[in-house]
Amino acid sequence: MKSDALRAAQLAAVFLLGAIAFNYPLLEVFSARRTLFGVPLLYCWIFGAWLALIVAVGRLGRKS
Amino acid sequence: MLEGWVILAVAALYLGGLFGIAYWGDRRAAAGRSLIANPWVYALSAAVYCTAWTFYGSVGRATTSGIGFLPIYLGPTLAAALWFVLLRKIVRISKKERITSIADFIAARYGKSTSLGVLVTVGAIVGVVPYLALQLKAVASSFLVLWQAASESSYPFEQTSLLVAAVLALFAILFGTRSLDLTEQHEGLVLAIAFESVIKLVAFLAVGAWVTFGLYDGFGDLFARAAALPEASKLMTYSGSWGEWIWLNFIAMMAILFLPRQFQVSVVENVDEGHLRTSAWLFPLYLLVINIFVLPIAFAGLLHFGQGAVDADTFVLALPLALGHEVLALFVFLGGLSAATGMVIVETVALSTLVSNDLVLPILLRRGERREYPRVLLFTRRIAICALLALAHLYVLFTGTRSLVSIGLISFAAVSQFAPAMLGGIFWKGGTRHGAMVGLVGGLVVWAYTLPLPTLVSSGWLPPGYLESGPFGLGFLRPYALFGLEGLDPISHAMFWSLLVNLGAYVAVSSATRPSDLERRQARRFVDVFELDPGQGAEPSLWRGDTPLDEVRDLLERFLGPERTEKALAAWAESKGIDLRGRVSADAELVDYAEKLLAGTTGAASARVALASVAREQKLGVGEVLYLLDETSKVIATSRQLEEKSVQLEAATRELQGANERLRELDRLKDDFLSTMAHELRTPLTSIRAFAEILHDHPQLEEVQRTEYLRIIAKENERLSRLINQLLDLAKVEAAGSDWNFALCELGEIALEALASTSQLAAERGIACEQAIEPAPALRLDRDRLMQVLLNLLSNAIKFCPPAGGRLRVGLAARGPGVRLVVEDNGPGVAPEEREAIFEKFHQVALPVAGRTHGTGLGLPICRRIVERHGGTIHVEESPLGGARFVVDLEPSDG
Repeated sequence: MKSDALRAAQLAAVFLLGAIAFNYPLLEVFSARRTLFGVPLLYCWIFGAWLALIVAVGRLGRKS
Repeated sequence: MLEGWVILAVAALYLGGLFGIAYWGDRRAAAGRSLIANPWVYALSAAVYCTAWTFYGSVGRATTSGIGFLPIYLGPTLAAALWFVLLRKIVRISKKERITSIADFIAARYGKSTSLGVLVTVGAIVGVVPYLALQLKAVASSFLVLWQAASESSYPFEQTSLLVAAVLALFAILFGTRSLDLTEQHEGLVLAIAFESVIKLVAFLAVGAWVTFGLYDGFGDLFARAAALPEASKLMTYSGSWGEWIWLNFIAMMAILFLPRQFQVSVVENVDEGHLRTSAWLFPLYLLVINIFVLPIAFAGLLHFGQGAVDADTFVLALPLALGHEVLALFVFLGGLSAATGMVIVETVALSTLVSNDLVLPILLRRGERREYPRVLLFTRRIAICALLALAHLYVLFTGTRSLVSIGLISFAAVSQFAPAMLGGIFWKGGTRHGAMVGLVGGLVVWAYTLPLPTLVSSGWLPPGYLESGPFGLGFLRPYALFGLEGLDPISHAMFWSLLVNLGAYVAVSSATRPSDLERRQARRFVDVFELDPGQGAEPSLWRGDTPLDEVRDLLERFLGPERTEKALAAWAESKGIDLRGRVSADAELVDYAEKLLAGTTGAASARVALASVAREQKLGVGEVLYLLDETSKVIATSRQLEEKSVQLEAATRELQGANERLRELDRLKDDFLSTMAHELRTPLTSIRAFAEILHDHPQLEEVQRTEYLRIIAKENERLSRLINQLLDLAKVEAAGSDWNFALCELGEIALEALASTSQLAAERGIACEQAIEPAPALRLDRDRLMQVLLNLLSNAIKFCPPAGGRLRVGLAARGPGVRLVVEDNGPGVAPEEREAIFEKFHQVALPVAGRTHGTGLGLPICRRIVERHGGTIHVEESPLGGARFVVDLEPSDG
């Protein structure tokens, strides 16, 4: 069983990573006129990072 | 062909079905087979966050700012990562304190303050009315779009909005305030909300998939075509303000926690803390999925209608209608209706609870009216729902044609004002009631001045000059550029000033005011909720133990009804093993229990006021007790430190005792030394004086005798000066740091030299000297001092050799890396018990032969000191020659 403190610290780290991923200046980097598989790069980045964040929170939240 | 009556019938059927689901949920709950004890239902009910704003407004926002609609969903996603830290704590506290609303939470935290509850209630109502208005506007306009398509006729927007408000009010009343039984949880409602979350998601995905894969050939095709359109292609990068982006993320994070309806579904309706685990990923996933098709629909709308021809907020509906997919359009309308009704029902139920528990009930209780409270409260809630929707309708009329999102953001900014009091309240014990009050009032006033007030300008209720040059021409009070802060968008501007005032006042006033006993107690119960042992009943009650039991029972009956009261009291009596019959007064514990029981219905602050009308509060001693409890942890830590200190002290004492003993020993040695030395010095002096006196008194003494006496005087003198020299030597050797001259030299050379200088003396006594000096490594030595050692040892040996046939031998050999020097004779030797003592000062061997010249008793101690200073050892043993054998071992030293 993971300790609550450890779990809280891991989730806080995920939060911080998310806060960095979804903010200036990283978004400015991806805010370019490029596409990936026909989808604008900015959209790919946001939705990709979003999904990664959800997966991370889901995995960290599991009973272990 | 879509007909008007079909639309109405489908809507009515849908709402009826929803009602059926809620009814079913309540029935199952009553039968003890709860349907909402399921993490998926819990996560879906949290998706009541997605309202008509999401369903219609996101697309509208996306047509002007691209991804600018996303912070509203990214913020909650980030917040969900912190649910384990934040929301779990809020849920745990709310379960323990039986919190029924966000106002209740804040009021309970700051000493069950009624005034704070009222303030939060007013703030929540004022803040959320624009949000309700948004739903009315969205439903009304979507209905009109559909209606026009069906019947080619039109209704005025105002009438439609009013009609929608009325229907929603009726629906909310039926849903949220059906029963007289005022419990804090609404299982049927939660089930219906979860169902609506599924409907709106499926509807939105349906239209999104149709647009993307039906109208166009997938995402790539759609985006490629949009890229050719200038107004669409510029949306593929973000060109808005990053400051606004960050603020929107922040207020969305706050909104997901502190919006009254989110608090209702996430905290109050939570049945199992473990559900948060699933919800923390499922809820953000819901947000992600419902947003996937927002941009495609926005682009498709722009491609199809162009900019401005059709209100972008209705693209979701207008696209299927324009292309003849009426069934899909009808389904989309139902989705939007779900989104709006879900929000309106939960929000108004939550707000009406605030109004009844935190606004009306305290007034009734204060006036001391004894009524049948459930009926009054239920009535209040119904009135409150109607009033709220009426206000929302007025807001729609007054503010006109603003976009959905810009209206919703005003509400988000308002509930963000709860953040300092809430977050500070659960993590900082220092926050006080006054701090929370001043912070909240300040924040809400600044919010009202900078956000909703200016919207009255665009609708013509205030002169335009109000925005451009400030009220009464006071430029620094311009609502969008307060104190000259220009260049920010309205939301960032309002959030900066309001949070600055709010947080600043909360911290400053909290630090400057002293919390009451109750506040202190509540602060500890909130902040330390995970540390406090749940089974611990040691906390002192704030009620006095002499409350009449009948009055407590009477009070409970007025809120809960006779049946539930009796059941609750019996359960309590059983758990405590007490028989309540025949009891006259209720003890403090029972009053506490009654307070908790009431809190579940009326909220903490009102429960306290209600009980205060029958029970008296403990005034004496509790303050001190609480203070002591607060201090206990500190005291324990201090006593632990004291213990450590005393252990250290004992050790120090022992050391001191040892040192003291050593000092005494040294003192004794010094005394011995002094007396011995005095004796040694006096002996020659006495004889010198005696012979000198004889010579002086008898001038006619014979020449032979005179010469003999003078010889003795000279000899004793010599002995005295030798003694003094040796004493000085010893002092020098013992003094640390005196000048020693170490240099690399060979001990063999020194030994030969010493032998040479004593050979004359030995020859006089007829002593045979032998030497066995082998080559040995050179060592770092003080040459003069070692010469002294050798001379000392040699003269000792000569002194103790027998008068005839004396033998003396000096040996030197390498021993490992060092050198061993041996001086031996065939004298009487040293008895084994004396072998250590002879190295002590003034020790003299009891001489077997009388008349032998006495030594000073200092020679050997000096030798030992010198050898030890070289890091070597000296000892004596029996010689093969029969006498003493002194052995000096020297090792090479680093110094």
